[in-house]
Amino acid sequence: MAVDSLRGARKVGRYTLLVSLAVVVLFPVYAVLLQALKSGPDSLDHPRSLLPVDLTMSTIRAAWTKGNMGRLLFNSAITSLAVTVGVVFTSLLAAYAFAFLRFPGRGALFVTYLATMLVPTEVTVLINQRTADSLGWMNSYRGLIVPSLASAFGVFLVRQVFMQLPNELREAAALDGVGHTRFLWEVAAPLSRPTLGALALFTFLGTWNAYLWPSQVIRGDLSHETVQIGLERLRNNDIDKVNLVTGGLVIAALPIFLMLVAFQRQLVRGLTAGAVKG
Amino acid sequence: MLGPSAALLGVWTVYPLVRAIQNGHLRCNVTGSRCRDAGWGQYLDVFTSDDFQRALGVSVKLALLTVPTGLVLGIGLAVLADKHLRGIGIFRTIFSSTVATSVAVASLVWFVLLQPEIGVLSDLFSQWIPQLKNPGLLRDPDTALPAVALSSIWASLGFTFIIITAGMQSVPRDLYESAFVDGAGGFRRFTNVTLPMIMPSILFVTVVLTTRALQTYGEVALLTGGGPNPQKPTTTIPYLIYGDNSIIRNDIGLKSASAVLLFVISLVFAVVQFRGFEKRVHYGS
Repeated sequence: MAVDSLRGARKVGRYTLLVSLAVVVLFPVYAVLLQALKSGPDSLDHPRSLLPVDLTMSTIRAAWTKGNMGRLLFNSAITSLAVTVGVVFTSLLAAYAFAFLRFPGRGALFVTYLATMLVPTEVTVLINQRTADSLGWMNSYRGLIVPSLASAFGVFLVRQVFMQLPNELREAAALDGVGHTRFLWEVAAPLSRPTLGALALFTFLGTWNAYLWPSQVIRGDLSHETVQIGLERLRNNDIDKVNLVTGGLVIAALPIFLMLVAFQRQLVRGLTAGAVKG
Repeated sequence: MLGPSAALLGVWTVYPLVRAIQNGHLRCNVTGSRCRDAGWGQYLDVFTSDDFQRALGVSVKLALLTVPTGLVLGIGLAVLADKHLRGIGIFRTIFSSTVATSVAVASLVWFVLLQPEIGVLSDLFSQWIPQLKNPGLLRDPDTALPAVALSSIWASLGFTFIIITAGMQSVPRDLYESAFVDGAGGFRRFTNVTLPMIMPSILFVTVVLTTRALQTYGEVALLTGGGPNPQKPTTTIPYLIYGDNSIIRNDIGLKSASAVLLFVISLVFAVVQFRGFEKRVHYGS
C-alpha cells in the first residue's frame, strides 16, 4: 500500500513537471498563434490576449495579402524542392563512385569531400555572392538553388549505406551483365530508400529555413524572396500594425509544421545519423 | 559520376574558401573601389583590431550563454521523457517541436513576445524585470545579448532533445538492470550509466551548438541589427562580416580576413572540445 501510494505520488509529480515544462516550451508558439487569431488592437490587451476568445482570421488574411505570402511560399517551395532533388541525385552518383568504383586517388578525394563539411556557409557566402553577381545570378532562382545542389554530408550519408550492401549483390549483377548505371538506379538506390528519405527531408528543411545565403543573393527583389527573408517586411513597430507579423509567422510555420508531423521519424533518423554511432 | 558534385563543391565551397584566404591580404579604401596587398600580416592586424576582438567577445559570450544552458535543459527534458508513461509520446513531440523552426521564425517570435509596448512577456514580467518595458530587453545594451541567447536556446532545444533522446535509447537495457542489482538508485544510475553512455551524443550536441553560437547571424540581423548602438553588444563575427550596418561592409579584404579567422576559431573550438571529451568518453566504458 505505502509503496503503491509513493509510486502514485511520484507519477503525479512527474506528470506535473512534464506538463509545466511543455507549457514553457510551447508558450511562445501559443502566444503568437493567439495574437495571430485576434484582430489588431484587442490582441494587445494582456493577459486577455492569452485566452482563446474572439478569434478571427482577419490578421492572418491581412498578413497573407500585405506580406505577399503566396509568392514567398511559392519561392521557398520551388527552391527547396529543386535543391532536394539535386542533392539526392548528386549524392547518389558520388556515393556510388566512392562505394563501388575503384580509381586512383579515391581515398584522398573522399577525405577532401569530408573536409568541405567543415567549411561553414558563413565563410563561403562572401565570395559566392561575388560569383553569383559575375554570373548574373543575383535576384534569381538560379542564384538561390545552384550553389546548394551538392552536399558532402549527403555523399557521406549515402556512401555509408552503400558500403553496407553485400558485395555479392554487385558481383551477381555484374555476372548478369548489369552495368553500373542500372545497378545504381534499380538495386542500390531502392535499397537505400530510408536513408534517401531522411536526406531529402533534412535537405528540404535546411533549404526552407536558410537565412544567410538568401539574404545575400536576393537583394530587394520581392518577386524572388523566400519566406525566411520576406517575412521581415511584415514587421512593424506601429502599435496597431505590430500584430501583422504574427499572421505571417503562422503562415510561414504551418507548412513545415505539417511536414514535421508527417515525417517525424525520418527527421529523427536524419538528425541522429552523425550523433549516435560516432 | 563524381563530376556534378565535385564541380559544385569546387565552385561553391572550395573556391570561395581559397579565394577568401587570398582576399584576406587585401586592404581597400573607404568606397572599396581600390585595394592593395597587405600581406599575411593583415590577419594579425584584423585579429587584434578592436572591432574583431569585440565581435569575438560577443560570439564567445553568446556561446557561453547558450551552450551550457541549452545542453542542461535538453538533457533534463530527455531524462524526464525517457520513461514508459502513458502519453509520453505527446511530450516527446512537444519537446522536439522547436527543431522545425527556422532562425527567422524563432527570432520574429521572440521579437513579438519581447516588444516593449505590446509584447506579452513584457507585460507579464515587467514587475520583476523593468527593462522589459523600458527600454525593452532588445534595446538595453545589458540585456540585448541575453535576449538573443534566449531565442537561440529555445530554437535549439528541440534539436538537443532529439539527439540526447536517441543517445539514451541506444544505451543497452541490461546495463541499467545490473546497476539496479548493484543497488544503484535513480541518481546513481544516471551519473554512472546514462551520462557516460551518452557522452558521444553530448559531445556532438556541444560541438554543433558551439559552432552555431559562434556563427550566429540571422538572430542578430532580425532582433537587434548588431545594436543597440553605440556599444554594439550583439555584433557577432558573422554580423561584422555580413550585417547591413557593419562598419567594414565595403572592405572585401577585412571581411575575407574576418571570415577566415571565424572558420579557424570555430575549428579550434571544435578540436578542443573533441580533445576534452575524449577522456570522458572512455571514462565510463
